[in-house]
Amino acid sequence: MNGVAASRRSPRRRAALQGGVALVLLGAVLAGSALLPESAQTVDAVARALPPQPGHILGTDLLGRDIAARTLAALAQSLQVGLLAAGCSTMVAVLLGLAATFGRAADHVVGALTELALGLPHFVLLIMIAFAAGGGTTGVIVAVALTHWPRLARVLRHEAQGIAASDYVAISRALGRSRGWIARHHLVPHLVPQIVAGFIVIFPHAILHEAGLSFIGLGIEPHLPSVGVMLADSLREIMAGNWWVGAAPGLGLMLVALAFERFGEALRRTTSPAGGVA
Amino acid sequence: MTGWLVPLLAGRLVRLAWLLPVAAVGLFALISLAPIDPVQAYVGGRTSQIGPEQRAAIAAVWGLDLPAPERFASWLGQLLRGDLGQSISYNAPVAQVIAARLPASLALIGTAFVASFVLGALLGLVAGATRGQWPDRLIRTVAVVLAASPGFWVAILLVSVFAVGLGWLPSCCAMPPGRLASEVTLAERWHHMVLPVVTLSVVGIAPLVLHTRQSLIAFLDSPAAGHLAAHGASPLRLAFGPGLRHAVGVALTLHLAGAGELFGGSVLAEAVFAWPGLGQATVRAATGADEPLLMGIGLATLIFVFAGNLLADIAARLADPRLRGQA
Repeated sequence: MNGVAASRRSPRRRAALQGGVALVLLGAVLAGSALLPESAQTVDAVARALPPQPGHILGTDLLGRDIAARTLAALAQSLQVGLLAAGCSTMVAVLLGLAATFGRAADHVVGALTELALGLPHFVLLIMIAFAAGGGTTGVIVAVALTHWPRLARVLRHEAQGIAASDYVAISRALGRSRGWIARHHLVPHLVPQIVAGFIVIFPHAILHEAGLSFIGLGIEPHLPSVGVMLADSLREIMAGNWWVGAAPGLGLMLVALAFERFGEALRRTTSPAGGVA
Repeated sequence: MTGWLVPLLAGRLVRLAWLLPVAAVGLFALISLAPIDPVQAYVGGRTSQIGPEQRAAIAAVWGLDLPAPERFASWLGQLLRGDLGQSISYNAPVAQVIAARLPASLALIGTAFVASFVLGALLGLVAGATRGQWPDRLIRTVAVVLAASPGFWVAILLVSVFAVGLGWLPSCCAMPPGRLASEVTLAERWHHMVLPVVTLSVVGIAPLVLHTRQSLIAFLDSPAAGHLAAHGASPLRLAFGPGLRHAVGVALTLHLAGAGELFGGSVLAEAVFAWPGLGQATVRAATGADEPLLMGIGLATLIFVFAGNLLADIAARLADPRLRGQA
């Protein structure tokens, strides 16, 4: 009954543990790619399409590039783009969530925007916005930022409206404070835990969707190493039986996404232990 | 029994009546923002053969020489007459491109919808009935790992194992290449559908499994289930007996509401398997700056998501009469 014992561990300790795993993984990828020697990513005509072996632990691709080194560099690229995009999306959610407390009209506008953003399939909207922003790395960041906010905005709106209805906010307003001042000094400090948790939930989605956009050629430019581009390149190579070219980048991305998804889930359970799905 | 259906449909129609025009304006504005010149995207590498006069002529044919408000007015006018415009990359009316490619996508999405529902509900019920034991933990782990995997990577793995490694299944296209559609047998079509459908079914299965498991657990903890258990019913028998009724309504509602996401997944699955559906057309429209087609696909998928949500609302009310009071 090991599983039952683990699930009875205090939610806080669980969240701290999952968070530690996720952050160590993130740090290892970023530090590893920064320490990567320049020579590790060069083309080597002699070592083409080698299966995993000593010297090239994850093999090489058709151009003789080491898969392990390239995966590390690609992951670092994808994670940086994902961090930036998830950060921007969190900002959008905070702004819209707070805007919903600025009167009825503003609340309706935010509601209509949410309805629109959820009205198209997620990935189709991502494609449209990436296209509208001109594609490339900028396109991905804008697209992810403008599509991942609705859930967090909804949570923040609910919380913010609760706080805005409280007595001390009414007193503050009676003292002549502006809505912006109240939002900054009374609402935001209360919302920090939700904002942080929201960012951690958005992040794995951001990196998965970035990879998807890069895979179909609307994301990170093909000359930069990124997981989506590596997997798109691997499509041709796996037909020749070089399965290792496609396995490693996806596995790396999956592990990072999994670590952060579990971190987000553990964090969520510290605030609502009963309302979990597990 | 249909006393609740009419107000629900009326309410949803009102919503569609404001959502569609707002979405049309939003999509047009969004796509007009694109810094990509469609003429340049069309000309591509043939710059030396196509001079400035021809470019101006192409722009005039596509109506790109007009200012944006005028273009929008003419697009809207066309739209009201049921004309979605002319696709640049397929050189055919947008409605025709969508109509030609929709069946292939719907076949994929429809099969995956049923397959993932059956599989997801089944796994959720087994997990709920064996709560805390190894089948439960295994199923939950697989579901969470799949949720964190890029869907197209799962597709690539399936191709390398079942198409390249074992050679059991074809890795591409909707039918064997180099043959007329009329010569292809039904068995061959099904054979080509296996890998795309499996990909599309498993990648989005996690919420379904976890919610089915959760609602079964809620049932198993109820006094009714306790009573049945006291008479000797095992959790598995409860799960596939009364628990099934209890959990499946919620699961179907959730699954219908998420049907729109299957379309998003099919964009990537179609890209991996070169499946000739609407997802492939979406990618081609975006990479080829085919603005009319992109807007047409946007509106079509909006209606698709809307229909999924409406069916989810109806399913929820059929499963739970208490909801029928709400519009």
